[in-house]
Amino acid sequence: MSGSRIAVIAAAGAFSAAAAFGADEIASYEVEGRRSGFLYMTEETRALQEDAFLNPGMFAVEEGEALWNLVEGDEGESCASCHEDAAETMRGVAARYPVFDEKRGGLVNLELRINEMRTSYMGAEPYPYESDELLALTTYVANQSRGVPMAVEIDGPAAPFFEQGRTFYETRRGQLDLACGHCHDRHPGDMLRGDVLSEGHVNGFPIFRMLWSSMGSRHRMFEWCNTSLRAEPYPLGSEEYLALELYVAWRGRGLPIETPAVRR
Amino acid sequence: MDKRLAIVAALAALLAAGPALAQIAAYEIVEGAIPQPLTDSPGNPARGRQIVRDLDKATCLICHPMPIPEEPNHGQIGPSLTGVGARYTPGELRLRLVDPKALNPDTVMPSYHRGEDLYRVLDRFENKPIYSAQEVEDVVAYLASLDRQ
Ligand code: HEC
Ligand code: HEC
Repeated sequence: MSGSRIAVIAAAGAFSAAAAFGADEIASYEVEGRRSGFLYMTEETRALQEDAFLNPGMFAVEEGEALWNLVEGDEGESCASCHEDAAETMRGVAARYPVFDEKRGGLVNLELRINEMRTSYMGAEPYPYESDELLALTTYVANQSRGVPMAVEIDGPAAPFFEQGRTFYETRRGQLDLACGHCHDRHPGDMLRGDVLSEGHVNGFPIFRMLWSSMGSRHRMFEWCNTSLRAEPYPLGSEEYLALELYVAWRGRGLPIETPAVRR
Repeated sequence: MDKRLAIVAALAALLAAGPALAQIAAYEIVEGAIPQPLTDSPGNPARGRQIVRDLDKATCLICHPMPIPEEPNHGQIGPSLTGVGARYTPGELRLRLVDPKALNPDTVMPSYHRGEDLYRVLDRFENKPIYSAQEVEDVVAYLASLDRQ
């Protein structure tokens, strides 16, 4: 994306092309045999997710909406002053991310894109990764894509990052010497101690996780799974987790964005 | 695996890793088993039953149903260990704990007495086997005692 404001607005226009899905059309939770984590939850947890008044993640959506409209930084701008109505301009965005970014020469995900907007266009400080603010704004933006099938670009300049992510996913690590697929490809539906394993998809993120009693990003989940294997995690927002995020998003291609999902 | 090769491999790993891995006992794989105990003091099954429940030692209950009714939430990733003592000799059980990858390189079952060759182990677990040699013996004794369905 170029440095000018015009370019941002033009790009925002292109994003809204994905708004072909009606606002309350939620694609299936199972697509070509790939099953959302939703289907591995209990009835109660599912009901909580689907009820907008009870879903604890909706607080983050509300907080995110307030931040969307908040003027901050030296330029006197808010997200809304460039992107206007998020329901239109942000619909479909979360389903395409992470993407290759020419300026960085690498991948950006939704969190890093939001921070880049703050530093490059608003003259504001970036939010720390996993701060309440960044989680809220990411949740708000991703929520605009509810029901839109994940479809990330893995060809062209994204291809080497995709391969890096695949290698990460397939590499055994930690004292338990397990790769992601040992749990999420081979044993979805089986009990791992007290947890039902799911397929490890990222379409619901940021999620409200009861174990954490808070919202958490895709990268926090990667960190949690890594340390569960007694493996040294990578920093949230790192190149390694961005590549893994691209691979895992592709693995769940077609699954609808569910943000904010509720998980055990 | 060829028996001599396995000894050489275990020794080479020990030498290469230096003092940090002195905690890994040398062992010999013979026809799908480690027939020789890793220590001189015989395993204690009661202690073994405590060890397999220990969360800090990556409890077997993460993955296996076990005849330990007072524990909730048994995993279903691996087969039930009820009756496992009737299915395997102590030497076979020892190999399945120490290095299950020698039997099935693709297995989900972790190696409980291994330190080398692991990738990105968290600092505080680096070069430490999950079970000490004596803990392996205690757990083998416990598993061998599970000889009834
Ligand atoms: C030892 C088993 C294990 C391994 C290996 C593992 N995870 Fe997980 N993972 C879990 C458990 C338990 C949960 C929580 C229950 C669930 O959703 O599966 C989870 C959840 C997840 C979720 C959230 C799914 C949802 O719908 O909310 C993602 C994403 C995930 N894992 C990705 C990964 C990645 C990427 C790796 C490798 C770096 C990995 N996991 C390795 C056990 C594991
Ligand atoms: C992360 C999962 C996991 C953990 C933790 C685990 N196992 Fe296993 N175990 C397996 C799987 C899967 C198998 C099936 C064999 C294979 O895949 O090679 C297995 C097989 C076995 C077998 C052979 C059983 C048979 O009937 O063939 C024994 C014995 C065994 N495990 C004992 C243990 C003990 C004792 C512990 C704890 C000290 C333990 N396991 C921890 C996953 C695990």
